[in-house]
Amino acid sequence: MHDSVRVGVYVCHCGRNIEGTIDVREVAEYAATLPGVALARDYRYMCSDPGQELIRQDIRDQDLNRVVVAACSPCLHEKTFRHVLEQAGLNPYFFQMVNIREHASWVHEDRRAATVKAKDLIRAAVRRVRLHRPLERRQVSIHPDVLVVGGGIAGIHAALTLANSGKHVYLVEREPTIGGHMAQFDKTFPTLDCAACILTPKMTAVKMHPKITLWTLSEVARVEGYVGNYQVTVRRKPRYVLEDVCIGCLECIEACVYKQAKVPDAFNVGLSKRKPVYIPFPQAVPQVVVIDPETCIEFKSGRCKKTCVEVCADRKAIDFHQQEELKTIDVGAIILATGFQVFDGRRLPYYGYGAYPNVYTALEVERLVNAAGPTAGEIVMRDGRRPRSVGIVHCVGSRDVHTNAYCSRVCCMYSLKLAHLIKERTSAEVYNFYIDIRAPGKGFEEFYNRVAEEGTYLVRGKVADVYPADHDGRLMLQVEDTLLGMVRKIPVDMVVLATGLEPQADAQQVRRLFNISCSTEGFFLERHPKLAPVSTFTEGIFLAGCCQGPKDIPDSVAQAGAAAGEALALIDAGSIELEPNTAHVLAEACSGCKTCVPMCPYQAISFNETEKKAQINEVLCKGCGTCVAACPSGSIQQNLFEDDEIFEEIAGVLEYA
Amino acid sequence: MPEPFEPRIVAFFCNWCTYLAADLAGTSRLRYAPNTRVIRVMCSGRVDPQFVLDAFAQGADGVLIGGCHPGDCHYQEGNYKALRRVALMKRLLREMGIEEERFRLEWISASEGDKVRSVINDMVAKVRALGPLRRPAAPAPSRELIEEVIH
Amino acid sequence: MADKPKVAFYWCAACGGCEEAIVDLGEGLLEVAAAVEIVFWPVALDFKRRDIEQLADHSLAAAFVNGAIRTGEQEEMARLLSAKAQLLFAFGSCAHLGGIPGLANLFTSREVLATAYPPDNFPRHACRDNGHALELPELFDTVRPLDQVVPVDYYVPGCPPTPRIIQSALQALLSDTLPPRGSVLAPDVALCEECPRKDSRPPDLTVAAFHRPHQIVIDEEKCMLAQGILCLGPATRGGCEAPCIRGNMPCTGCFGPTSRVRDFGGKALSAVASVAADEAALEAIPDPVGAFYRYSLPASLLRRKKNGGDR
Repeated sequence: MHDSVRVGVYVCHCGRNIEGTIDVREVAEYAATLPGVALARDYRYMCSDPGQELIRQDIRDQDLNRVVVAACSPCLHEKTFRHVLEQAGLNPYFFQMVNIREHASWVHEDRRAATVKAKDLIRAAVRRVRLHRPLERRQVSIHPDVLVVGGGIAGIHAALTLANSGKHVYLVEREPTIGGHMAQFDKTFPTLDCAACILTPKMTAVKMHPKITLWTLSEVARVEGYVGNYQVTVRRKPRYVLEDVCIGCLECIEACVYKQAKVPDAFNVGLSKRKPVYIPFPQAVPQVVVIDPETCIEFKSGRCKKTCVEVCADRKAIDFHQQEELKTIDVGAIILATGFQVFDGRRLPYYGYGAYPNVYTALEVERLVNAAGPTAGEIVMRDGRRPRSVGIVHCVGSRDVHTNAYCSRVCCMYSLKLAHLIKERTSAEVYNFYIDIRAPGKGFEEFYNRVAEEGTYLVRGKVADVYPADHDGRLMLQVEDTLLGMVRKIPVDMVVLATGLEPQADAQQVRRLFNISCSTEGFFLERHPKLAPVSTFTEGIFLAGCCQGPKDIPDSVAQAGAAAGEALALIDAGSIELEPNTAHVLAEACSGCKTCVPMCPYQAISFNETEKKAQINEVLCKGCGTCVAACPSGSIQQNLFEDDEIFEEIAGVLEYA
Repeated sequence: MPEPFEPRIVAFFCNWCTYLAADLAGTSRLRYAPNTRVIRVMCSGRVDPQFVLDAFAQGADGVLIGGCHPGDCHYQEGNYKALRRVALMKRLLREMGIEEERFRLEWISASEGDKVRSVINDMVAKVRALGPLRRPAAPAPSRELIEEVIH
Repeated sequence: MADKPKVAFYWCAACGGCEEAIVDLGEGLLEVAAAVEIVFWPVALDFKRRDIEQLADHSLAAAFVNGAIRTGEQEEMARLLSAKAQLLFAFGSCAHLGGIPGLANLFTSREVLATAYPPDNFPRHACRDNGHALELPELFDTVRPLDQVVPVDYYVPGCPPTPRIIQSALQALLSDTLPPRGSVLAPDVALCEECPRKDSRPPDLTVAAFHRPHQIVIDEEKCMLAQGILCLGPATRGGCEAPCIRGNMPCTGCFGPTSRVRDFGGKALSAVASVAADEAALEAIPDPVGAFYRYSLPASLLRRKKNGGDR
């Protein structure tokens, strides 16, 4: 059979990307000498239309029956070239991709060594591809329902988009209400729309939508299955209030035995207090109260007078015996929109957050300037004064190798917005201390100019220290003004830290739950930064919003729409083809030793008691190959990763040319 | 004059973490030693100890296995199987006179492009210091190698 | 009588057990003797090397060689028999895989000799004594299975091969029903298939602790691995009818791997490590090479320890 093998080898220049470091001509000439190789070519862009056509034509004219392309990572173009084979009438798995860009030309400088490496890798691929067998992709149906995790603006938009197209959506939110961070903002840059005005209609639409099942106070506990057929277990935590009975009259809050609100209110970032029974904010969705068992006297002592229950009377919406529930749902696709957490200003003690009461985070100021906030929109500091001068410190927890090296992308703009709002409300003098002003969005530069013209002081320099200025409670900001080239000390009443955006504290656990990856800084990793920005390496799981990286509201919404679109494309296809790289038992050879059975985390391997042999359910097999390596008599093989194929690859990379 | 010894290292990288990390090292243009030859497997659990032995037998001076961090395996626990096999393999290779530095298992996540560079550079340096494995069954020197020696 | 096929038996680095196994055929041996003409069998009959040398090439129907190759003399005899025989059978684990003597590949020949000889009186390849030139066969550093010296046509596995395996090999030879050349004359399925304890292995076995046979009282009914006894049956070619298991001892792998496995020890190690509950459980295997390559080190991918031994 090997006599009839005719391999075509294609070495891509990738413009200068490969050709700049690897002698592609020499590599192609070398490849042409390898056993089984019928022809070898180098070409400027193999992935281009003419590049693909070149392969198709050679398959037809030169009778090729195996193809090796040495170019970029198989993660990028393996599918492309398999498709090319298919178009030319060859089985798409008679193909092997060699990564000479990411793994060679981009990481080596020595042209000689990189060229030798490319030859070695191609030789291995040629040896391996000779053994390839024709394989069929498995087709599985796709469940049409979608799970969206996280009810911030990204999750809301994705859920609505999907539901509007007629898909059933489960929207799971950890907090008692949807809305996320956006609900906490006052105005949005650069248009100064009221955040609540544009968000709350969407929140209500979620609640009203017949195609959306909204589960608040809920978290995903378990994810099983595979693309198109995920089984997700959701933990629904008790609200102690019957969601479908409570009408949101809020009388129970009034009636609570706590006459004073004593618990820091998370929605107002601790700037106000709430009672143990509360509604997170007036427009919360669902419009239902929630009881916090940590502070409720009935939970602590069991001897509360339960005035809340009394006032609820016949509605009987309060249920102290509510239990956590586990719900299992079947979905075809999952969109993760789990958001971000705000950088904790305490991590940079030299800015005095937590030590000096008049140092605020930007999110706190958002609440202060908000009409529904703790001060009804009055900017009143913790000591009761109104600031006459305010210093906004940019890049707190961003663009700093000691905290987060990346730019949080939104802080410049929201700092300018806050500067505008503070000036508008207080006519205080406002300073912005910035490293660079980054205003690269639509209308952003114009907004920056507007704020600058309003008389906000812009000082280019990173603030080094914040300390009490004198005895009247002012704070001194020490900064090197890099435009003046001198160190300045500027006294202000109020300091605002433009804290950056970070991955959620539990991003790692969530990522494991959904079997996806994180990038270096801890945000969820997209499949490709440019070409698959909302996909992940796990098929059927998509990303939206800040869980993938810091972004502003328009970008979050756009990404949510994209994720919904990807999910729709997947679902509306009705079925999906799975990679055929599954394992199978060679039934004649199996001794029935059962070593393989516990290797499989997906219960794909079972022991057939009649035949006394192991068998693999290929639908459940995900193709890791762990059982193949464990089988002591070599009686399990994995498609595309057969023992002999890998042995050929080993011999190939080591064979001295 | 013969060129200085350059070790040949065969690396088995799992598709989901370490292979992607090596891709990331590429897109980040990190520079590292050109001595490794990566063989992609879906999971470090696919790495049959026979592959390691065969690589050494075919002339590798070192073998590197890269997998997802414990708890991060794309297939839940394939990397734990790899870990156990490697633990026993290390003892077996020690008995066979193969120095410990020549066989490594490293957990490298998709985000750790820099770790690909540091692990490979470190391993190449250590194996270079050890010298060629010079297994008795090593194949005859290649034309390519002889040509390099002549130049 | 001249029509009967001529066969030869020879032993190289072996313990004598393989010869014993042939004798143990009992009455079956008489049938063999009747069916063939034994032209060479040093352990049983008085033949000299020159008897073989005088034969025309390919005049033997078959030569059965047991034992590994570790001396110059053994190599010469292997080449000689290979030239004279139409079919060469590697008989028993040592000829097939290197066998127990193959564990000498963890040492150099000097290290091996030092265990028996004082340093000042090592046996030498050639010396003179009282004016006589004396010559001893060279002791190699590396023990080799037969097929690393000469091409082998068939393998009769086992330490020693069991009577049934021997008889079926001879029958196949005499009735001209041998499988393709290069075959191991035993089923290509691991021992578990015919193990009397097969059903007692739980399907989800993980081994929390390994024990050596002398450390526990071994249950006579239960799967060895399920008791934490290192049993290589899952990796070992079957056909022996599990005499060790029936004797309440684990399989140590003398039949070698199936045809789908290139390195017996590597595969057996992989399977064992895969079912270990953790790395600590594996600590109880004191000598991985001795445990997993008891009979097959010279036939393994690495063949010998890297310690300077190169002959």
